[in-house]
Amino acid sequence: MDIIKTDDLTKKFGDLTAVDNISFSVKKGEIFGFLGPNGAGKTTTIKMLTTLLHPTNGSAKISDFNIAKDRDKVRKNIGVVFQEPALDTELTGRENLDYHARMYGIDRNERKTRIEDVLHLVDLEDKKDVFVKNYSGGMKRRLEIARGLMHYPNVLFLDEPTLGLDAQTRRAIWEYIKKMNKKEGTTIFLTTHYMDEADYLCDRVGIIDHGKILVIDSTENLKNSVGNDVITLSCSDVDGLIKRLEQEDWIENIERHESLLTLGVEKGDEKIPIIIEISQSQNIRIKSISVRKPTLDDVFLHFTGRTIRNQETADIKLPPRFRSRRR
Amino acid sequence: MQAAEFQAIYVMWLRQMKRFIRSKSRLASTIVQPLFFLLILGSGFRDATFEDIPDYLSFLAPGIVTMAILFSSMFTGISVLWDKQFGFLQEVLVAPISRFSIIIGRTLGGATVALIQGVIILLISLGLGVDISGIFGLLLTLIFMILIAFTSVGFGLVIASKMEDFQGFQLIMSLLIMPLLFLSSAFFPVTANPTMKTIAIFNPLFYMVDGLRGSLVVDVPTVNHPLFDLLVVVVMCIIMMGAGSYLFSKSEV
Repeated sequence: MDIIKTDDLTKKFGDLTAVDNISFSVKKGEIFGFLGPNGAGKTTTIKMLTTLLHPTNGSAKISDFNIAKDRDKVRKNIGVVFQEPALDTELTGRENLDYHARMYGIDRNERKTRIEDVLHLVDLEDKKDVFVKNYSGGMKRRLEIARGLMHYPNVLFLDEPTLGLDAQTRRAIWEYIKKMNKKEGTTIFLTTHYMDEADYLCDRVGIIDHGKILVIDSTENLKNSVGNDVITLSCSDVDGLIKRLEQEDWIENIERHESLLTLGVEKGDEKIPIIIEISQSQNIRIKSISVRKPTLDDVFLHFTGRTIRNQETADIKLPPRFRSRRR
Repeated sequence: MQAAEFQAIYVMWLRQMKRFIRSKSRLASTIVQPLFFLLILGSGFRDATFEDIPDYLSFLAPGIVTMAILFSSMFTGISVLWDKQFGFLQEVLVAPISRFSIIIGRTLGGATVALIQGVIILLISLGLGVDISGIFGLLLTLIFMILIAFTSVGFGLVIASKMEDFQGFQLIMSLLIMPLLFLSSAFFPVTANPTMKTIAIFNPLFYMVDGLRGSLVVDVPTVNHPLFDLLVVVVMCIIMMGAGSYLFSKSEV
């Protein structure tokens, strides 16, 4: 059953088309991720699906409720964790949850048990009476995730859930996301520009760039589409080597990215000597060569022709306060 | 309206109250500032003679009460900007409650806080020996205080919807509100100077101060009958609240 379904969803800000005719669906119970660089249209999509922005064109349904016409019913069915923290820092963790529950019409007894439940889920029970302004970044995120779950939403939206967190905290947040997906059966729609995050968490991933979806598939299939193993090499004559390698039928795909060559192959480690032999016979000198399992990085490279990191350094649209945190 | 809407209004109100009580610095500054005005101006001008005004402190007290409520409520309206900047507004807007309830709750919260501050200033003035006109006058005073609070929250909402940051708020405070306050007869009578008297007719704050003064204290002459001032303030309140909630409901995050 499709819990989210969009039809040619489009959002324009003046001349800029932030989201361009995207159509996709998310199945009940799965973790679905939008993977793309900053400014690809991920947050705009979430804001439309969570009724904060009106689509310019197209439509979308969540649990069979139209996001433009049945806004209140949609709102009841979703939980949202925004990219920027949206907590009241002058209140305690418990109060933040309690106020949230009241706004969703949950009665007193239910509120009490539910707050305990969600706090337990994110291990914040002993911090519940601490003011949120004294929480660390990771604790705030966990509290927000807990809050998003308070009213038993069918779908939980997570916009860049681990942005700006350290490696250890990220891993912990991932575990919480997996746990609630399993325990509560909540469908999760998340956006990220971290490959490893999408890879670790998502059942299916949609790669989005410049407001368009390039491909949607399971992470497994996506990785297989670039070959079982990926060999990356640099050499003195890339064009010459491509020409020669194109004759070999054991190479599933060949791609050139500036001075680097990536090859999708089976049993990569056995192929390295063969490639070196071939290039030597052509008088081409190999400068470096490596073999590894494909990651979503390779998939992204495959579909967009560039790495996310390249994109990021070119991107200047980030608000200043995030700039210093980027590595 | 459903129960959830009432809960939403209550939550918005409760949040304002908790934030107010916990923010010691705000509590102190919003009470201390008007108190300074009351004590320093009050004792400084006590010996100065104004025409028709037997006791300057009784003249000043209603002006300071108005000022305290005005500043506090405007701050509540403006604090929507904080929520916008710190993202909390998104959390509220994505909840299944109407924008109308959000505004009502917020306004009630802000008005309550402002009233508490106004009443504290009022009690202090009584302690300093300001003569009040009686029970009916006190009742009318309270109504004025409530109306001033609502009008100012509305005005704050208008500014918050139209502005991106707090610099604009500072500008409005020093270039608009302070001059209006000085020309409102809060600190000295405007009747002696014909130009000031003409300006006062177009000054919304003048009707608030004049009305509050007419209903609260005895022996101090006012320009208009308190009930006339009341009428003007009611109309202003409706306009400001209407404009504030309209602009707020239109604003996108």
